[in-house]
Amino acid sequence: MFNFGQWTAAFNSWLMGLGTPEWLGITIECVIIAVLILLTYTVLALFYILYERKLCAWFQCRLGPMRVGPWGLLQVFADMFKILIKELISLKDTDRFLFKLAPYILITSSVVMLACLPWGNGLQIINWNIGIFFVLAVSSVGVLGILLAGWASNNKYTLIGAMRSGAQMVSYELSLGLSIITIIVLSGTMNINDIVLEQANGWFIFKGHIPAIIACIIYIIAATAETNRGPFDLPEAEHELTAGYHTEYSGIHFGFFYLAEYLNLFIVSGIASLMFLGGWMPLHIPGWDGFNAVMNWIPSIVWFIGKAFFISFVIIWFKWTFPRVRIDQMLAFEWKYLMPFSLANLLLMTLCVAFGWHF
Amino acid sequence: MSDIKDIIVKVCPSATFEEADVLMVNVPEKDWYDFAKELKNNRELDFDVLTALVGMDWTETVGVVYYFTSTSHHWEMLSVKVVCENRDDAYIHSVSDLWKVANFQEREAYDLLGIKFINHPDMRRFFLRNDWVGHPLRKDYDADPKLNPIRLDDEVNEDDSRMYIEEGGKIVEKPCKVFKDDDYVVNIGPQHPSTHGVMRFRTAIDGEEVKKVDVVSGYIHRGIEKLCEDLTYPQILHFTDRMDYMSAHQNRHCLCMCIEKGLGLEVPRRAQVIRVMMDELMRISSHLLSFGCTAMDLGATTAFFYGFREREMVLDIFEKTCGARMSMNYNVIGGVIADLHPDFCKDVKHLIEIMPERLKEYHKVFSGNIIAKNRLKGVGILPKEDAVNYCITGPSGRGSNWSCDCRKKHPYSVYPELDFEEVLLDGCDSYSRYMVRMKEIEQSCKILAQLVDNIPEGDIRAQVPKIVKLPVGHWYQQVEASRGTFGVYIESDGGKNPYRVHFQSPCFNLVGVMDLCCRGNMIADLITIGAALDFVIPDIDR
Repeated sequence: MFNFGQWTAAFNSWLMGLGTPEWLGITIECVIIAVLILLTYTVLALFYILYERKLCAWFQCRLGPMRVGPWGLLQVFADMFKILIKELISLKDTDRFLFKLAPYILITSSVVMLACLPWGNGLQIINWNIGIFFVLAVSSVGVLGILLAGWASNNKYTLIGAMRSGAQMVSYELSLGLSIITIIVLSGTMNINDIVLEQANGWFIFKGHIPAIIACIIYIIAATAETNRGPFDLPEAEHELTAGYHTEYSGIHFGFFYLAEYLNLFIVSGIASLMFLGGWMPLHIPGWDGFNAVMNWIPSIVWFIGKAFFISFVIIWFKWTFPRVRIDQMLAFEWKYLMPFSLANLLLMTLCVAFGWHF
Repeated sequence: MSDIKDIIVKVCPSATFEEADVLMVNVPEKDWYDFAKELKNNRELDFDVLTALVGMDWTETVGVVYYFTSTSHHWEMLSVKVVCENRDDAYIHSVSDLWKVANFQEREAYDLLGIKFINHPDMRRFFLRNDWVGHPLRKDYDADPKLNPIRLDDEVNEDDSRMYIEEGGKIVEKPCKVFKDDDYVVNIGPQHPSTHGVMRFRTAIDGEEVKKVDVVSGYIHRGIEKLCEDLTYPQILHFTDRMDYMSAHQNRHCLCMCIEKGLGLEVPRRAQVIRVMMDELMRISSHLLSFGCTAMDLGATTAFFYGFREREMVLDIFEKTCGARMSMNYNVIGGVIADLHPDFCKDVKHLIEIMPERLKEYHKVFSGNIIAKNRLKGVGILPKEDAVNYCITGPSGRGSNWSCDCRKKHPYSVYPELDFEEVLLDGCDSYSRYMVRMKEIEQSCKILAQLVDNIPEGDIRAQVPKIVKLPVGHWYQQVEASRGTFGVYIESDGGKNPYRVHFQSPCFNLVGVMDLCCRGNMIADLITIGAALDFVIPDIDR
């Protein structure tokens, strides 16, 4: 299978070959990576906005955006430019500094998470031994942005939105973490690249059978809540709180919240594909060498993005089918059902691994 | 009727009687409150529903005309006229402690006629601004724009309310507060996605729990009743389409029937059948919208579009026959304005055919869902006694197991000949109200199926005099609109303009129970309750 690491290694040796000092070389590489990541971030977010709008239109017997560009493809670019040139309204009696800081905290945390994802064979920016743990830790920073936004806006709606968001994030992070730990028990490593390589002879959802499937379902539910998407979109429940924590934001500051929401959808889908569907690893079935060879023909980056889009599709499907839950129902669901269930599942997985009841 | 008179004379010797379409009792103000208690509590009278409260200005005197209904005595109606002793300083005893529905109704009468109600707990204006000068429905009201200019400043929140109480034979004003000082008050509306119009709820919350809801209304009050007084009878018809625009046909049907009653006009049978069919189509369209909005308020946006898909078909039927999709202006005095479109029967049959299938689909996509059930069931409990006391008619009342369908209780037009059921559910919660609507769509389809092949030939309109003049007198007529019992009161002085028109809209009462239903529930439930009660704001702000 093609390893993207060849390209990066070639670039590195070319750069060093020019006689660049090491610190400058590393700096140049970092800058290039940063630019690439931000570009990917924007393009992906734009794609996701169109993706959701088209999907939701089809669920609702509509066509969705059709006018700007062929098949409405340029609509999102038009929207982005509009949002870039809109005025940033500053409000009376807000905490100016925190008000402006909040969107950056949110967007920074999601950019950092994006950098951790295994995009393809050899195509990974941060790779260290606590990779998945780092992702979880950074994802928790994002909620700080939401809380700050709600608090600093000095508005009752945003405050209620932020309050809900805090309760929701803290609760569902438990199930999210537990379902990931379940898979870590199976893989035996927290290194993202090693998790992918472990799945070379079968994705974890097949290798771990029952506990892995349960963990996958729990993960997708918790991830839906974690990204504030329907049916768990209480922090911004538009029919109750108009727009929740970002009611008072305008222009690109609102745009940051908006982009981060869509990117977080991609990131949780990416992590799901990493943990359960093999990340960039093609579908391999042990013993079927011909089949595996054919699967290897499909580039690894296509595998990863395809899986992530598929899981995002499921999460978008939830949003456009289910009504919204109420705050007490949502918390009861997590603490009374989801979390005990995840704990039991973790125990089951541990037993499976201990006794070798897995493939 | 004579025995009722005997009982009334026994409990209130000073009462005199006036014959009209409904027996009217004249009661002096000083005896009114005691008589009201007898009306409510005396088992022989037992008038437990305050159907309408009409503030009146008879030039020399002002007063109130009440319409009562007794659910235990075959839905018999009775009207009571109470005249204030002093025109400039008008006081009447409040009955809001006996019939809770009177709370908002009396505030409306105070707002528009300046009648102060003694012992009313919260005597603020209801529609107009706090700084409004004068009371518009008074005949001597000065409409000079200098007195009430278009104000560009914000209205100050009126947290200070007042009560008028009797102390030692004198009436004194006692200040009271709407909210406590340490209440955390969130403003829901007037611009809010889920208030279904320009309505404002000042909500005191404790965390997520609602402690009190204060309804602030009047943002789109157009003064329809005042406008009517300067227009001729045919000219006032179109206002009804603009009150509850989801019951446009029923409302207009009601006003036409009231005028026809005054004229003693017989409406041709073809027109009557067409009117009833239009009423039922309107009801289907309204309930479909209600389904869609309930779903959307709960976050199920997709279901909203499914409801709208079928509603479009109903609107297409209206468009073909009436020429409009909203504000149809179809009923006129004596019949309907135009004959049916040739496609009408075909389209209606198609609608009846697909509806049962689609209702199943709605259940599958929305109300069968466990999340929707959890959000609707047990939320906004309104027991039957409260429904009666607050006069919550229509699907919301029937969701509290109160049999209040005007088509059955006061049959009008061709309804007595039709075979349909009054849908009653005893859940008393939002889910019951929602389900009543879904089942009423089936019943409306049943009515349409009975009529669609039996539309008689004949005139669509009776001969009506060129200038419509009603004789001196007053009439009250009600119909079952999509959201409850809609009533029209007309008082005529014999001229070509009505002397006073009052519209008794169901949504006015619906919004009155918001406080009762929401207390102790969550913020999200406030939206659910509002959606399930399904009030339409233009119907409140007439």
